[in-house]
Amino acid sequence: MKVLTPTVLTYLKVVILVAVVPAIIGFVVVLAERRLMGFMQARLGPNRVGPKGLLQGVADLVKLVTKEDITPSRAERAVYFLAPVLAVIPALTALAVIPFGPAIRIGKVKTTLWVTDVNIGLLFLLAITSIGVYGIILGGWASNNKYSLLGGLRSAAQLVSYEVPMGLALVSVLLMTRSLSMVEIVHRQGRLHLWFIFPGLLAFFIYFVSGVAETNRNPFDLPEAESELVSGFNTEYSGVKFAFFFLGEYAAMIVISCVAVTVFLGGWLPPFPHVAALKFLRILPPLGWFLIKAGLFLFGYIWFRSTFPRYRFDQLMALGWKWLIPISLANIVIVACAILATPGRSNGMFVLSYIFGGLFVVMFLLAKLRQKLARRERLAAIPASAVE
Amino acid sequence: MSDYLPILVFALLAAALPLATILIARALQSRKPNPAKLEPYECGIEATTFALDTRFSVRYFLIAVLFVVFDVETIFLFPWAVMFNRLGLFGLIEMLIFLTILVIGYFYVWKRKALDWA
Repeated sequence: MKVLTPTVLTYLKVVILVAVVPAIIGFVVVLAERRLMGFMQARLGPNRVGPKGLLQGVADLVKLVTKEDITPSRAERAVYFLAPVLAVIPALTALAVIPFGPAIRIGKVKTTLWVTDVNIGLLFLLAITSIGVYGIILGGWASNNKYSLLGGLRSAAQLVSYEVPMGLALVSVLLMTRSLSMVEIVHRQGRLHLWFIFPGLLAFFIYFVSGVAETNRNPFDLPEAESELVSGFNTEYSGVKFAFFFLGEYAAMIVISCVAVTVFLGGWLPPFPHVAALKFLRILPPLGWFLIKAGLFLFGYIWFRSTFPRYRFDQLMALGWKWLIPISLANIVIVACAILATPGRSNGMFVLSYIFGGLFVVMFLLAKLRQKLARRERLAAIPASAVE
Repeated sequence: MSDYLPILVFALLAAALPLATILIARALQSRKPNPAKLEPYECGIEATTFALDTRFSVRYFLIAVLFVVFDVETIFLFPWAVMFNRLGLFGLIEMLIFLTILVIGYFYVWKRKALDWA
């Protein structure tokens, strides 16, 4: 009798993901972030626990678990207890529909590198990630602390505001994918020999900016804004509950990165697989390519954090409602028109790639020019006596 | 529906992980509560008002209402986008009409300064 039936394998994958992803976050991602930020700020970062600081995660775990777990006397006890759990569930569950690789076989066992391929994958992801706001707003509310309440409210307003441009950016990609299934989206990019980042360059930028805002990361980390809200929604939380809020945030970052990789960067496909000169790139297994791409996104998150200063709340709202929403609506119309105006199955996508590529180059050059002019102006403003 | 069962199991396991850890941690840690420690974090002096007694800006509510309008619109766009290659020109014109109505409402909201935060 066979033990490893498809059903058993599916649940095995579920267990592995639930066990491995939090471990990766705790032992690898957090350490990588702290060390990278250290290097970006000309310091070392944690390097004491274990060789090169590799065991920092273990030390953090021991500390967080043994720390006294305080429930403030005026808190709503049940909600206060459940909020961190509620922050973790949707962020982890979203991983169920992410295809980390194609169907593979190990020895005699055939399996797929995704848990389940539901035909409304992308819609499911949007739906489940938006549940994450409950954990944060309920945590902020149940603490009965002024800073926490403000942090929770800000977070709710921010998350719902950026949910809209994120959904609209994905709609413009759906015009090209013609499917909501995550696996089918990757297969289609393989068949077209074109990653959707090229025709969907604008959508990609909108998606990533909204994604950073959705996960409450710098420069949009107003819900925690330690300089004004003393850490915001999690002010009252300590010990493991605090740790799970962080786990939820990092898991959400991973989900946003994985969705970006799947939808825009060809998922597990190596770059330009149809170009003969680049055939050697196949030596890396598909899963490896997926992890490299997702890792690049996580690196981007960390890079953002040590590069950009925090937005003000009114600027944040203006960026979401007055810039990203109209741009993403216009983007949908542009993509739809391009697909309709060009004959053939996929010519519109190549036309769009050239349009957005050209636009990107022009904007980049304009930004460079502006920088140069501003510099010249600054230099001209310095009185001659000051230059010695 | 069999596609969705693993997701449900996933969600249950994802819930079990934090719950179990919180309960295990409870057994490992020492607890020495005192009244000052259990106060809401503020400045160390006994608080006179508490967060849930105070009021907050109505703009948060406004943003939530606007979100519902725009999110429902996004949901309408999803099936349209997936079926677009079959709907063709008819689909494009239909969606342009829908978007025009929406954009008129959007500019009305903008003009009424509902999107400004000051």
